[in-house]
Parts: sequence; structure tokens; C-alpha cells
Amino acid sequence: MDHSTFAAALLDPAAPMPEGMTDPQGRPAGKRFDVYRNNVTASLIDALQTGFPVLHKLLGDKSFRTLALMAARHDPPRSRQLSQYGASLPDLIARLPALGAYPYLPDIARLELAMRSAYHAADHDALQTDGLSPEALMDLTPCLAPSTRVVASPHPILSIWRRNTDPDAPAPQPGAEAVLIARPGFDPVPHLLPKGGVTFAEALTGHTPLSLALERAIDAAPGLDVAALLTVFLTSGALCLPQPEDQ
Amino acid sequence: MFDTGHDAALPAHVGIGYKAQHFTDLTTAPGPVKWLEIHAENYMGDGGRPLAQLRALTERFPISVHGVGLSIGGEAPLDTDHLSRLRHLCDWVHPASFSEHLAWSTHGDHFLNDLLPLPYTSATLARVSAHIDQVQEALGRTMLLENPSTYLAFDESTMDEVTFLTEIAQRTGCGLLLDVNNVFVSATNQQWNPTAYINAFPLAQVGEIHLGGHDEETDEHGAPLLIDSHGREVVDPVWSLYAHTIAQGGPKPTLIEWDNDVPDFPVLRDEAARAAAILTPARA
Repeated sequence: MDHSTFAAALLDPAAPMPEGMTDPQGRPAGKRFDVYRNNVTASLIDALQTGFPVLHKLLGDKSFRTLALMAARHDPPRSRQLSQYGASLPDLIARLPALGAYPYLPDIARLELAMRSAYHAADHDALQTDGLSPEALMDLTPCLAPSTRVVASPHPILSIWRRNTDPDAPAPQPGAEAVLIARPGFDPVPHLLPKGGVTFAEALTGHTPLSLALERAIDAAPGLDVAALLTVFLTSGALCLPQPEDQ
Repeated sequence: MFDTGHDAALPAHVGIGYKAQHFTDLTTAPGPVKWLEIHAENYMGDGGRPLAQLRALTERFPISVHGVGLSIGGEAPLDTDHLSRLRHLCDWVHPASFSEHLAWSTHGDHFLNDLLPLPYTSATLARVSAHIDQVQEALGRTMLLENPSTYLAFDESTMDEVTFLTEIAQRTGCGLLLDVNNVFVSATNQQWNPTAYINAFPLAQVGEIHLGGHDEETDEHGAPLLIDSHGREVVDPVWSLYAHTIAQGGPKPTLIEWDNDVPDFPVLRDEAARAAAILTPARA
């Protein structure tokens, strides 16, 4: 039995079953081989459903499972850690004409990937700013914590995400949204980034003082709300001080 | 042959497969549950709740690390990056046991996320033995190899499963993980006698037993086709086969496996108590 033929037949229902496999009477294995086919695709579909709960809700179970089956056959996992599975799903969605009427779906999938990746990221001690003078605060050179993620979209992805995880959340309005994901404890929390937030996040490399990062953000987004920007970054647990090996 | 350090062996009591939703139950009122098994690949992230919970559990319970992704039966060489991740996990968890499956699950660049079957031939024997040698060398410890649930037979097989596993254990020095539900599933599907399988099995090499639930279907000819699903209670014939195994081989660390449609802790506690009722008299 060569594994190439077996593996190809697992993922392609039209491929012939490999020869030399039988039931106890010596008849072709038939449905017995299909158990393996079903185990592989069903387990990967379930893994994607676990990893993309909001996408599942938006598409409905039937459409999601059709999409997930396509994803499982088109691009099976490359890692044995299923927590990393699904990275190619946003691009697959973007290529599907049938989903073209829902252009926000790929970025919803990216947001869910970022939430999952934040969940498994390394722990960190959040930046402490209590008692610091404004000047001392502006001299800090923090970096994004290992679990911090930024996802920007031309679509209102956080409003859509919230509407589908909290029944009391308001209906999404059209417009771009950028999301800061921070993990103050073990559960990642998404926050809406004010204007200039993406530039600010990119500037926080662990070498740049907050004051300079803020200047860059203001250059990129004149008129930004400085207080709102600093508040979301300083109270969410998104920042930490660089570790010695990072410097 | 290998230095097992201070990682004590699993106790001949009942354990359960760990699920995050049972953390509080296990740390407050574990009942008959004396040890836990984790799937190695779920604890290879960089941090967060999974590792924090595992760290806390290692202080209360002996841990069995059970790999599901090594693909020991694969045609390709073992993935040395994955072996390194396993080594790293074992180095900080200090598990009482490490086990993997007689199966393959990767091909080329792809991980197929199922335990796929192998023909029992001298070529398979040589390949699996070499891979087990490599695992034991990389981890610096002996491992247990688990018998699979199978749904079909290979024309090219030249030996039965028990002969194959016995030979692997002899060649590599590895122990065996005897999944009694898998024996029942495979025996039903292949029309073997499950009691004869247990009687022929090298029980002295068994370091752990698994018990789990299966689904019942039929094939296109109306013959029974049992599917290893880990999604329900252990059935009575498997309990009987387990009692027979303990009577033959003495008390062994015994795991209740429940991976799909995971119930509330009391259901698992009751399954564990049922296993303990068979194990306890055997320990006396």
C-alpha cells in the first residue's frame, strides 16, 4: 500500500479507492475505506468550525460546512497543531465568486485567526504606568505584547463580530474599522482603534518613545483623538516593555 | 536503557482525558480520577490558558502525554521539528508516560488528522521500529505504542496485529498501550475473537489501558462496522473485555477517553468510578 495513493483518495471523492484493501470476506473495502475519508474531512471541518465561530454564524451551518469541506480538500493542514489550521481560509473565501456579495467575510476570518493566535501567544507582564508623570510616560519605549494583534479592514469587521457574539450589540454601519486585539489575562479582547491607531501600533517597536510614536500617528492622521488613542493602548494590556533579548 | 529521571510511572488507577471545561471540577473534587492524559499537540503553543492550566495540573496529578500527530507509521522520516516540540513539552511537564499510535497521519506536507491504517508486513515492522527507536532516543525515555481501531484489512499483511505489536515491543524495548475499545472495534470489524486477542497480547508490556465509546454502523453488505468515535459511554461488552484483561494481566493505569460531544464532569466521573470498581479489587 503506498501512502500517496491512499492520501490522494482520502481527499478526492472521485479518486479510485486504493487496491489491496478488503473486508473480512475478501471483498473490496468499499464503505470501510470511506470511514477514513469521512474521519479526515469531518475532523477538519469541525476544526475550522471551532476556529471560526463568527464566520460559521454568518454563513449558516450548511454553507460553512460546504466552504470548510472545500478548504479541507483544497489545502489540508500543514501543521500537526490544529490551533494553527485555517490560515489560508480568508484567501479562499476571497476567491469564491459565490461569496463575492459578502466582501467583508475574508477580513472577518482574518480577525478570528488573529483572536486565536492571540489566545495561544506567549504570556507577558503588561506595561505599568501607574504614578508616572506625563513626561515619564512619553519617554517609555514599549512594544506590542506577544499576544497583541492589529487587524485593519475597509469593512466594519469589529461591529459585525460584536453583533454576532453579543445580541445587544448595535447593528454595524458601513465604514472601515481597525481592531486592536489585546490579551490582558487569558482571553483576547478586541478593541476598536481610533484614527491613527495602526500607524501608532507599527511605531511601537520597543525602541521608539511613546512621544515619537504619537507624532507619527498624528502625521498619518491629522486631528486624531490623542486621549482615545492612548487610552485604548494603555488600558487594554496591549503593551509591554521589551524583554532584554528583544533589545 | 533510558533515564526516566524523576518522572514516576502512571499509577494503576483511573485517569481521564483532560478537557479544559473540567479544570475546576478536577482541581476541587476529582473523585476517582487520579491522573490525566493530554494530547501533546494541544499544548505546543507559546503561552496562554492551555499552558497555564497544564502547569497547575502537573502539581496535582501525574500526567500522561499522548501524541496524535507524530505519524510513526508514515513512509517519510519523522519530523524532527515535531520531535523537538515533544521533547520540549516532556522536559517541562515531566510526564509519567509518553505514548503514540501505530498509525500514520501525515503525507508530504499535509497533516491528515486521522489515525490511518498500516499493513502488517516485515517492511512496516522495520520502519515503525526504526521510528520508535528515534522517538525514544530523542525523548530520552521509553514510549508506549497504542493498538489502532481498524476498519479494513490489507491483502499484503503477513502477520496478525498481536504478533506485529509483540515484535515491535521486543525490537525497540517500547511498552504498549492497550486500547480495549479499539480491540473490540477492530475485532468486530475484522471478525476476530476479541478475547483471544487479549489472551495472546503481551500484557506484561502494557503500561496503560484506554477505554472509550464507539458508534455502530453497518457496511454495504449489512456486516457490523464499528467506528471509534470517543463520543459516548463505554459499552458493556468492552467493560467485560476490560475486566477480563485486568484479570489476566493485573491492575494497569486505565484511561477514560471522551473527545467528542464531551459531557459534564459527573458523566466522566461515573465512567471512571466504573473502571475503578474493576481495578480496585485487582490491586488488593
